[in-house]
Amino acid sequence: MSLKRIDLLICCGSGCVSAGALKIKERFHEVLNEKGISNEINIIETGCMGPCDYGPVMVIYPEGIFYKAVTPEDVSEIVENHFIKGRPVQRLMLHDEEKTFAAQKDVPFYQKQVKVALENCGYIDPESLDEYIATGGYEALGTVLTTMTPQQAIDVIKESGLRGRGGGGFPTHAKWQMVHDAKSDEKYIICNGDEGDPGAFMDRSILEGDPHRILEGMMIAAYAIGATSGFFYIRAEYPLAIKRIKHAIEQAKAMGLMGESVFDSKFSFDAEVRTGAGAFVCGEETALIHSIEGMRGNPSPKPPYPSTSGLWGKPTVVNNVETFANVPSIFVKGAKWFASMGTELSKGTKVFALTGDIRNTGLVEVPMGITLRELIFDVGGGIIGGRKFKAVQLGGPSGGCLTIEHLDVGVDYESLKARGAMMGSGGVIVMNDQNCMVNIAKYFMDFCVDESCGKCSPCRIGLKQMYDILERIVHGYGKIGDIEELQRLGEAVSRLSLCGLGQSAPNPVLSTIRYFRDEYEAHIRDHSCSTKVCLALMHFDIDKDNCIGCSLCARKCPVNCITGSREEKYTIHQLDCVKCGNCQDVCPVKAVNRVPGMHPEEKTKRDTLKKQHPHED
Amino acid sequence: MYKEICKKYSPDKDNLIYILHDIQDTHPQHYISEEAVEVIAEYLGVPANHIYGVITFYSMYSTSPRGRNIIRLCESPPCYIKGSENILRKMKIMLGVETGGTSKDGLFTLELCACLGVCGNAPVMMVNNDVYGDLTEDKVEEIVEKIRRGN
Repeated sequence: MSLKRIDLLICCGSGCVSAGALKIKERFHEVLNEKGISNEINIIETGCMGPCDYGPVMVIYPEGIFYKAVTPEDVSEIVENHFIKGRPVQRLMLHDEEKTFAAQKDVPFYQKQVKVALENCGYIDPESLDEYIATGGYEALGTVLTTMTPQQAIDVIKESGLRGRGGGGFPTHAKWQMVHDAKSDEKYIICNGDEGDPGAFMDRSILEGDPHRILEGMMIAAYAIGATSGFFYIRAEYPLAIKRIKHAIEQAKAMGLMGESVFDSKFSFDAEVRTGAGAFVCGEETALIHSIEGMRGNPSPKPPYPSTSGLWGKPTVVNNVETFANVPSIFVKGAKWFASMGTELSKGTKVFALTGDIRNTGLVEVPMGITLRELIFDVGGGIIGGRKFKAVQLGGPSGGCLTIEHLDVGVDYESLKARGAMMGSGGVIVMNDQNCMVNIAKYFMDFCVDESCGKCSPCRIGLKQMYDILERIVHGYGKIGDIEELQRLGEAVSRLSLCGLGQSAPNPVLSTIRYFRDEYEAHIRDHSCSTKVCLALMHFDIDKDNCIGCSLCARKCPVNCITGSREEKYTIHQLDCVKCGNCQDVCPVKAVNRVPGMHPEEKTKRDTLKKQHPHED
Repeated sequence: MYKEICKKYSPDKDNLIYILHDIQDTHPQHYISEEAVEVIAEYLGVPANHIYGVITFYSMYSTSPRGRNIIRLCESPPCYIKGSENILRKMKIMLGVETGGTSKDGLFTLELCACLGVCGNAPVMMVNNDVYGDLTEDKVEEIVEKIRRGN
């Protein structure tokens, strides 16, 4: 590799690729060739740099200049001004009201972050083993294999306090110890890359951005527990992650870092990739194991745990992608260093995926114990569009919603659990005051009903019943007692379900009832959705004072329920309105408003119908 | 043809999911036919009902013919919050199909997907293996048109 004057790092994580990063890369190649300076500039495709919202992003070394929202049209200017004349393009840098942030390290988004699992993600070429080794890669594996016994390796993990990053937070060393102690001719290690939580994408980003790190972490674990083969279980929806891991395995094999006698030790290891086919429940370890075995991904009752009887009945460790990503750093920098970060019981850092109504959506890594306020407002930049913060959903469907009063809660396993939420895999969905919490709860319930494998009846039937109640409530047919019924069902499903999916599925409903009970009550009692999200519980109305009588709304109405004239202005006939919202979209003077609450006429009609047919809902 | 695909894998039950993926991806209509199931059943020595059990469990498999391009629109909450409903509405009108349907010209099948893991750029969709983010109604129109022309 020849030495080049400039390193151009283009983020090619899925977020930036979806925003057009590959086109920009091509354009750079073209322009550099035209100018005849392609031998001076090194173009590197990296994994996710974090701030997806600014994408496509890039960093240019040696100065470390950060450009955001680059388009193919900007490329010539960057080459001409920055690369040739040495004047970075101010226009593409990140600005706030007062300042321009030229260098990546100065960007506020990165200020409170501490990168361990994401250390190399966005800094190195994920397809280059050389680059991984140059940043200290495989040093940990070498040290472990040549200087430690498996038990000593487990002890280091124990001292570090590392806990499973998939959501449950089970101590990693304890899992390893059980399989280490189990007597068996064969043991397996599995990397769980079946990240199905809506709103979470950290596993995808790490797999795509730093695959060798996962491989190294997995091999250290394999050595510690005495496994000689491992499996990556990755969702089929993540084709790039699958490709990168396969590529990393090939490279490691070619280099002798995998296979027989790694580092001239007695340790031999082989790994292969298995893909899923779209089933959320396969993130649960027993379901995942069945899926690898080529069966339906139904979970099985525990015990026996995979640590005693897992893949093909052999002792198996299943760890999450992020858990493995932490392992190499613990051996290079020391267990004490790792344990010095975080809280008393939750050590180290956690990767979060910030999404929703937040300014800086993206991937962040922060020390455990950081408060929600710091996470959402300092790192995440606060709520977008000048709206107010309303709630945050943590941990996907297994998690729960927290509210404004929890902003100062530290983010760690115990504190979240105590408040009815969960770390989950680290999805953070931030919601502004325009979101209806009953509707959000219904969404998660819908998701879980869809994804329930159907094996055990509490989950299969209980969740459907909960969904039906929520569906009734958002359509204005809620009954007094529904809230209590939801709570009763939710608790039963949590307690009786076979696996984590059912046990945690009621969390979004229970936590929204806990913190937003008034919204449920307003839906049921007053037939009103204050956020105007639930269509049945709001209506459209034309403000006569603002209406200019242009007739656009009447012409766009698909059911012809708007009548009027230029003089009399226009009126919506509520009983015929299908609430499509076309009138509001086309009104040039914004005279059509969404009004909370069912229209009195509609309510009367419903009440009459109800009197005539008292037994029907 | 199905037999040849099967032969790429050893006749172990563990390989069922990969054989199914391969058969579905190779078929121009992206589905697993009855005939294919019979061939696999014979090759792996498992009953056909076991194979149907697996096919129907996983959402990515289809037992009926689909379009040449599969559109998977993400319906996760981050996408929902950022307006995926409007995108879905637009798509349905544009392609003249309901969710799960195939356009008349056989070019597109519109499906929903639980989460594509590109939440930072919500709303998102995946057409075959390509991800498109920060969707707007105009943008999806452009994308669909481009694919249509390419075909």
